[in-house]
Amino acid sequence: MTLEVDIRTRLAGFALEVAFATDATVTALFGPSGAGKTSVLNAIAGLIRPEAGHIALDGTVFFDGARCLPPQQRRVGYVFQEGRLLPHLTVRQNLLYGRFFAPAAERSADYERIVALLDLERLLARRPQTLSGGEKQRVAIGRALLASPRLLLLDEPLAALDAARKAEILYYVERLRDELSLPMVFVSHTLEEVVRIADTVVLLAEGKVVEQRATLGRLEGGAVLETTVAEQDLRWGLARLDFAGGSLYAADVNALVGERIRVRVRAQDVTLALTRPTGISIRNILAGSVVSLVPEEGPSMDVELDVGGTALIARITRKSAMELGLRPGLAVFALVKSVSIDRRSVGYA
Amino acid sequence: MSEAEIGIILLSLKVAFWAMLGTLPVAVALAWLLARREFRGKALLDGIVNLPLVLPPVVVGYLLLIAFGRNGVIGAPLEHYLGVTFAFRWTGAALAAGVMGLPLAVRAMRQAIEAVDRRLEAAAATLGAPPAWIFASVTLPLAVPGIVNGLVLAFGRSLGEFGATITFVSNIPGETQTLPLAIYGFTQVPGGDAQAWRLCFVSIALSLAALLVSEWLSRALRRRVQS
Repeated sequence: MTLEVDIRTRLAGFALEVAFATDATVTALFGPSGAGKTSVLNAIAGLIRPEAGHIALDGTVFFDGARCLPPQQRRVGYVFQEGRLLPHLTVRQNLLYGRFFAPAAERSADYERIVALLDLERLLARRPQTLSGGEKQRVAIGRALLASPRLLLLDEPLAALDAARKAEILYYVERLRDELSLPMVFVSHTLEEVVRIADTVVLLAEGKVVEQRATLGRLEGGAVLETTVAEQDLRWGLARLDFAGGSLYAADVNALVGERIRVRVRAQDVTLALTRPTGISIRNILAGSVVSLVPEEGPSMDVELDVGGTALIARITRKSAMELGLRPGLAVFALVKSVSIDRRSVGYA
Repeated sequence: MSEAEIGIILLSLKVAFWAMLGTLPVAVALAWLLARREFRGKALLDGIVNLPLVLPPVVVGYLLLIAFGRNGVIGAPLEHYLGVTFAFRWTGAALAAGVMGLPLAVRAMRQAIEAVDRRLEAAAATLGAPPAWIFASVTLPLAVPGIVNGLVLAFGRSLGEFGATITFVSNIPGETQTLPLAIYGFTQVPGGDAQAWRLCFVSIALSLAALLVSEWLSRALRRRVQS
């Protein structure tokens, strides 16, 4: 899948000027509220028409300034922030609404499988008004999938949900990614969500693309590691997570041995030492070297590390950096408290 | 009540029913156009639809007579090719009542269509539904309470139509003499007071019943749509 977006348009309050191309399974549009994330999704779905630019999916031109394919002909599924289930239909009717509009040859969605995947069996006869927020979003996802879309857009599908529901929906979205291998564009302003499910992140601010990069590696105040659960020590509630540069012990990780998970290590949770410390409570002592020092205003700064080929970021005071004599190439030990890595910083890879 | 009086009531109901039925597709189409489309001359169309509300009914009746009379620009070909006659027939009474009721029906339906969340229509479009199907499966069902309300208003207005009817199709007993025309007739002859009173009472009862049914129906439908 290749999605190309290059649009320019004026919106209430600011100008949207966004260009990016992605072939990732899950692309996240990440940025603060009002950055124009939803408008980009609306343009991809055909719900708004940009003033100029170009949008194409796998060679199908959606928009090229003159021609604008109507949403009906784009076959782009859209999960809206507010669900937008049809209130006069049951859950089952909502799910089947878009089913027969796709050309018969491309009607790939399997009703039974999607109902099972999203655990919708019990809800089928109910009306949208009687569903909880999380249930509504599950139905909205199922409805979009059953139209056999070529691309799925999710607009902050978790925004209206509490923490427990968020975790639940995120889990279902991860299952979609892994079991259906359907390309998705996911809008979020929460870093944890992005880290858990996206492969590529497009950072937006005030209607412009600030940066586009892979989710793994350095990312906004920390680094994301791809690891495999090597051991679950139930007695102490510790998991050993193996990655390219060594092992990390993390507390309270909800995954089985052998599963691949992503871990976000916040820069502020990483301490640096020049020699291997002893007599210390910290369980993760990783040998590595300094790659670069990121100069910043204020008392703190970020140090990029290479731990056996894996990137890690440490946020330390500028004074410490000076006193330790940190410079690129210097061998250091990165210390990470196990309890600083918990359920919330972990997601399935 | 005499057989003639019962005949008057049944004729009135028949005229109002057909007026309402004829209004339905026209009013829904106009309401949708005014609620959901932008086009040149929209304000003019809106004005023309509402004209019967402010125009003297006699004017509407006279215009109908000119257009739909035996020799009218529309009436003549209709009679020649389709065998449909409006002039001095009950069908003409229904046409007059329909035209007079149209603005009320369009107003109620337009409001109902405007109240349908356009974001739901957008969601249906992303699922691949063509515009006509979105209208039939999303807009229309969600606007049904207002559409029914508009129909009942048109029905009620038809029961009371007087000026346009008497001008267009005259006051012919058994053919175009509806309740208001009959009541007017009885008040013009000595000793007709008792009959006029009886028909007044019937008129009040029918109108009130129509309003009550409308209220009950739209409530029931709204419940079905919303919960």
